Amino acid sequence: MSKKLKGVLRQIAIQLFLLLVTAMVLFPILWVVSLALDPRDIDKPLELRLIPPGASLQSFRKVLFEPFNLLCRDPSNPATCMKFGGLLRNSLLVALGTSLLAVVLGSTAAYAFSRFRFIGRQAGMLFFIVMIMLPTTGLLAPLYVLLSQIRIGSEPLRASLFGLVVAYSSGFLPFAIWNLKGYFDTVPKELEEAALIDGASVTGTFVKIILPLSVPALAVTVLNSFMTGWTEFILAWTFLDNPSRFTLAMALRSMQGQFATPWSEFAAMSILMSLPIVILFFLLQRYIVSGLTIGGVKG
Amino acid sequence: MAVRPVAADAGPKPVFKRPSLRERIKSSRTAWLYIAPAALIMLFVTLFPYIYQLFMAFTDYRVRNLRFNLLNPETWARYAPPFVGLDNFVRILTNQLTIENYDFWRLLLFNITWTVANIVFHVALGVLIALVLNSKTVLLRRVYRALFVLPWAMPGYVAALTWRNMYDDRFGAINQLFGVINRLIGTSFPTDTRWFVISEPPIGGLLSFLPLAFYAVLLANIWLGWPFMSVVATGALQSIPKELYEAASIDGASGWQQLRKVTLPLIRPAMVPAIMLGTIWTFNQFSVIYFISQGNPFGRTEILITQAYKLVAEQRLYGVAAAFSIVVFFILLSFTLINNRVTRATEAYDV
Repeated sequence: MSKKLKGVLRQIAIQLFLLLVTAMVLFPILWVVSLALDPRDIDKPLELRLIPPGASLQSFRKVLFEPFNLLCRDPSNPATCMKFGGLLRNSLLVALGTSLLAVVLGSTAAYAFSRFRFIGRQAGMLFFIVMIMLPTTGLLAPLYVLLSQIRIGSEPLRASLFGLVVAYSSGFLPFAIWNLKGYFDTVPKELEEAALIDGASVTGTFVKIILPLSVPALAVTVLNSFMTGWTEFILAWTFLDNPSRFTLAMALRSMQGQFATPWSEFAAMSILMSLPIVILFFLLQRYIVSGLTIGGVKG
Repeated sequence: MAVRPVAADAGPKPVFKRPSLRERIKSSRTAWLYIAPAALIMLFVTLFPYIYQLFMAFTDYRVRNLRFNLLNPETWARYAPPFVGLDNFVRILTNQLTIENYDFWRLLLFNITWTVANIVFHVALGVLIALVLNSKTVLLRRVYRALFVLPWAMPGYVAALTWRNMYDDRFGAINQLFGVINRLIGTSFPTDTRWFVISEPPIGGLLSFLPLAFYAVLLANIWLGWPFMSVVATGALQSIPKELYEAASIDGASGWQQLRKVTLPLIRPAMVPAIMLGTIWTFNQFSVIYFISQGNPFGRTEILITQAYKLVAEQRLYGVAAAFSIVVFFILLSFTLINNRVTRATEAYDV
């Protein structure tokens, strides 16, 4: 067998394998897309079709502009029901707030752990590793109690979006600090030493040298904390009472009916919720591997 | 406590004399200033609840005790939860909880099986596909790489809800896919499988404790999990110097030998921490189990974390749930300690 023929056969085998993997990867995604495009808003999708007959964007229109009749202050009055815009606003507030807190607090703390030898450093690092391993479900009750007792104005912190932001970011911080510290460790100390000799302050070197050189790790922190705020469901569902504070993740869950799922709308909503994350992911993709400390090969 | 191996500071010892306590406090000040904002929020919202959880674990904490407020002495006498010592732990480990289908050791066995099975598939698939796509001669490799991160890029929560619907016995895509296959090639697979109801194990013998639902959630989680391992492996593969392969082939090493003697040893340092992190994530993979199988049939696909959540959300046994979380923590801690001994993995994090 000639070398060229062997190469072609090899290529064909590899392509077949990759196509199979592609099919498996895309199957759930295409299914959701085809459901979302189905104009019949069928409550019983009984066949698999990529493009359903008469495909339209109707279910997107419905999700985007019509009220969610399960998320209402007064179920008999549709005017009190949440619409996509309000849910989106809440989700964005929570997700952006969480990632802002995680990045600012995470990077300053990680910097101290990476660059200073101080009393309590070892205990601190140990604490973070322990936190990463401790399951958070047990915290539901103590957090509920705690955040209920702190009041902003007339209502407890628990029932506010800010309460959620605080809970999410503090839950996310141990991982963020640990990961950022690991990354800061890889930035050569000589750069800072040179700057310090030139008269820069500690804060100056942190902001002007460490942070710009750590964009990958910061990107990972932003992406993951944003995602936490965007998709978290359990705490939000337990803590929030007022439907006007509800988030997209809660709306998606509420569409998963016990008896009847509005398939097309569920699918459209899934796509709308995934799109920003997927776009953010692809924008930040080149940082993602290098930004997770585990991606950096240290041997 | 034998915690030394996880202590992160494994850096080189300073050569200079240890400074006095006073100097150390002084030099610690800047560091503490940087940590203060994060520490403050974590003290209140993370550490305090954890300590409170520790306290709850030794009490019979129920709904009425939610009114118990440490800062308000008026609530102390009325709402303080009764102290029960190690009772919660004993009840957890000896299966004396009033939950249906509760068996701690079965849960633990299932949780470990679930984690091992997932990690094996994630790593094997991830590395295999990374290797295939690492060859420059493969056409369209950029397209494949972009497509293959989609499951990772998609929010896990949305993916889990989607898979739940895919397994719907009548309207789900999986059963319909079997219908399409039957029509295409004339097979007669059942097309009305109730994935999370059937309790008859598909594989008998040693694996007969795994119901069909296990394979269903496993498939969903493999779909979700392998791209991460693949991306980590790809990064590691790209950092292997080409010269090593050239040297190996001059020495007459076959492709297989190159894989075993060059590639795999060199991607190991990146894979080990990824596997460790992946293990902790998978062990506590809440949304896949909770949203897809919901522990069915008969709690046999329940993992520890979903059981803990049900204790809180459905049973409202806060004290037991707190004790449960602590048990789970010790399981993960012992895993990490053993793993650390074997691989010295966490040490790689510190310079």
